[in-house]
Amino acid sequence: MSLVLSEEQALIKDTAAEFLKEHAPVTHLRALRDAGDATGFSKKLWKEMAELGWAGIPIAEAHGGSGLGLAELGVVLEESGRTLAPYPFVSTVVLGAGAIQLAGSEAQQQAILPSVAAGDTLLALAFEERGRFAPFAIETRAESAGDGYRLTGEKRFVLDGQVADHLIVVARTAGEAGDRDGLTLFLVDPSADGVHVERTVMIDSRGAARVRLAGVAVGADAVLGEVGGGADVLEPLLDRGAAAVSAELVGLLSEVFDRTVAYLKTREQFGVLIGTFQALKHRAATMFCEVELSRSVALDALRALDEDRPHAARVVSAAKARCSDTASLVTCEGLQMHGGIGMTDEEEIGLFLKRAKAAELAFGDAAYHRDRFARLTGF
Amino acid sequence: MASEEVSQAFRDDLRSYLEAQCPAPLRKGADPSAATEADRQAWLDAYAARGYTTPTWPKEYGGGGLSKAETRVLAEEVAQVAAYAPVVSFFGTSMLGPVLLEFGNEDQKKEHLPKITSGEINWCQGYSEPGSGSDLASLQTRAVLEGDHWVINGSKIWTTGANHADWMFCLTRTDFEAPKHDGISFILFDLRQPGVTISPIQLISGASEFCQVFFEDVRAEKRNLVGPLNGGWTIAKRLLQHERQMLSGPVDGAPRRARAKQAAPTDPRSALAESARAHLGDADGQLGDAALRDRIAQWELDSMCFGLTLRRSGEEARSGQGAGAATSMFKLYASEMNKRRAEILMSVRGSDGLGWEGEAFSPSDIMETRGWLRSKGNSIEGGTSEVQLNVIAKRVLGLPD
Repeated sequence: MSLVLSEEQALIKDTAAEFLKEHAPVTHLRALRDAGDATGFSKKLWKEMAELGWAGIPIAEAHGGSGLGLAELGVVLEESGRTLAPYPFVSTVVLGAGAIQLAGSEAQQQAILPSVAAGDTLLALAFEERGRFAPFAIETRAESAGDGYRLTGEKRFVLDGQVADHLIVVARTAGEAGDRDGLTLFLVDPSADGVHVERTVMIDSRGAARVRLAGVAVGADAVLGEVGGGADVLEPLLDRGAAAVSAELVGLLSEVFDRTVAYLKTREQFGVLIGTFQALKHRAATMFCEVELSRSVALDALRALDEDRPHAARVVSAAKARCSDTASLVTCEGLQMHGGIGMTDEEEIGLFLKRAKAAELAFGDAAYHRDRFARLTGF
Repeated sequence: MASEEVSQAFRDDLRSYLEAQCPAPLRKGADPSAATEADRQAWLDAYAARGYTTPTWPKEYGGGGLSKAETRVLAEEVAQVAAYAPVVSFFGTSMLGPVLLEFGNEDQKKEHLPKITSGEINWCQGYSEPGSGSDLASLQTRAVLEGDHWVINGSKIWTTGANHADWMFCLTRTDFEAPKHDGISFILFDLRQPGVTISPIQLISGASEFCQVFFEDVRAEKRNLVGPLNGGWTIAKRLLQHERQMLSGPVDGAPRRARAKQAAPTDPRSALAESARAHLGDADGQLGDAALRDRIAQWELDSMCFGLTLRRSGEEARSGQGAGAATSMFKLYASEMNKRRAEILMSVRGSDGLGWEGEAFSPSDIMETRGWLRSKGNSIEGGTSEVQLNVIAKRVLGLPD
């Protein structure tokens, strides 16, 4: 698939850019933050986005979606990165709907996906338990109880867990923390007995929750996919998450880069525009190269997954490593070049820096993905 | 893909011509060590006779007159028939030729282009001077018109292959009062004449691919001024673009393999990592030295991203979307990547990489080491990395002077 946007993708891009600029600019995130909004975003606006078709982009037409791919969703994610729109694309569409598509039975897909595509159902994947990203470091246990299971454990950084209508919990039916084998995915009702969901306040003002599971009883029909084979679902799912966040980061870092270059052309010191200083010019030009490289690999990662290309995971790791590093570079340099004003809460650069850090650490940072890239390249 | 747009008759004619002309020892699969110099010349002459060394140039100037699709078919067919496709110096085919086609007058095209195609004349480029490196427009080599001739005095440096060249295309100062960019003219002249002295320069790598060239009352025919008098800087810039494009190809490593992989999926591998494994060994399939492994991973990853960006830029240019990323960026990135790769290889080989010559070191180790030394010039030649950053800041980002 070409790295140039198709006509359809370009159309989605224009619509997304226009809609988000009008309805969810950076001031929207700031207002939600300042109001201490419990949802973390506007459900009404999410419904409108769903009506534009965005919640159903990668969902099959038979399940109420438009049957497109991650490449198309990536276009929207990129635009959402430019305005820091805190909407549940990753939690609900990529991870939640993705898990159900990859592992769910036809009945489970029919029950949930049309409502996701319509913007009426929100999902959250509860897998992480510790700070540094380690996908198989899962201790939460699912023990057989009668015809079903009992789940016990504590999940952290559950994206949009505070508003999810269904939680997808990754728990251990066998083995020890760190083992690839023995993981199972469960659909859990957040209002069930023993489920405690607590919103955690994060630097990027996005919705995330801590989920405690105190002997939560679920039936056998709550199992998504194979018992003990959850890693085969979790791995491709996390690849989708990493590729999606890379696309969002491309939007974010492009926006910060554009704003920084614009600032270099307007800010005067020593009687001249600071953009005349070669020390800043060279750093800006260096960033330009990094931005271009990041965009290329992020586009290819989405396409590699859509095409189910051999070694797609390797491209995803390259993209996540690259986009994480570039986002860090561009937000730090952008802040520095804005000078003192960049340190104020009033200036928006700081909001970009915070989101960039959260996105950088989500699904593995650059060091994690370089290590994985090396492994997938045979060294 | 290409073949759909090209008639079978064209392909058949091409195949039968190549079959008839290619000398037996230069056939695909033959033993090329049996080929004589005469065989090679005959193959070049036959290939150039139809203009195939410059396939897209118009026939009236000695070119092949082929479309891009036909050129791809030519490449396919010659690969079927022969061990190699004859080539002539890229200074003529890729640098001067396109400039003459764009800026030259009819007589100049008729006189010079066919001799590029046939390989009769080898060209070199007279650009940099001892006092004019990054600040090329400050050049001081003078050309003064005396009757029907330009009389040239001065010196050029870093002239690639001057000692093997017949003619030079040269930037000269023809107006000494005008601002520096506005007094430069683009002039062609024969290097095989009295007053021209060519001295090869030995580099830190031990090689001598560059020369310094001295001019003492060297003469060029008046008609060999290309483009307007004092309008040489426009041509110079266009040529630098061609040069940067040539220096910006994918670096050795992943991108080339990535392309090959599309045809036949194979497991991804890293030549750098293989080399490191041979020197360091590994544990459980991973390179033992974690820090070095990380450097190699970063290099391979950057190389992949660079290859994808080259591809995207090409696709954008073809589809008319976006401006395509800057040539300067590719020149900058390719040379910095090449330098990094050479540094990693030095690190991997340890003291085995310190050999200069002699039996104590393998020829490949010596070659790698010389390559490391040569790579230091990558970010200097064709415009330094700092100049590329200036160009990006000014032309792409629009930052103020």
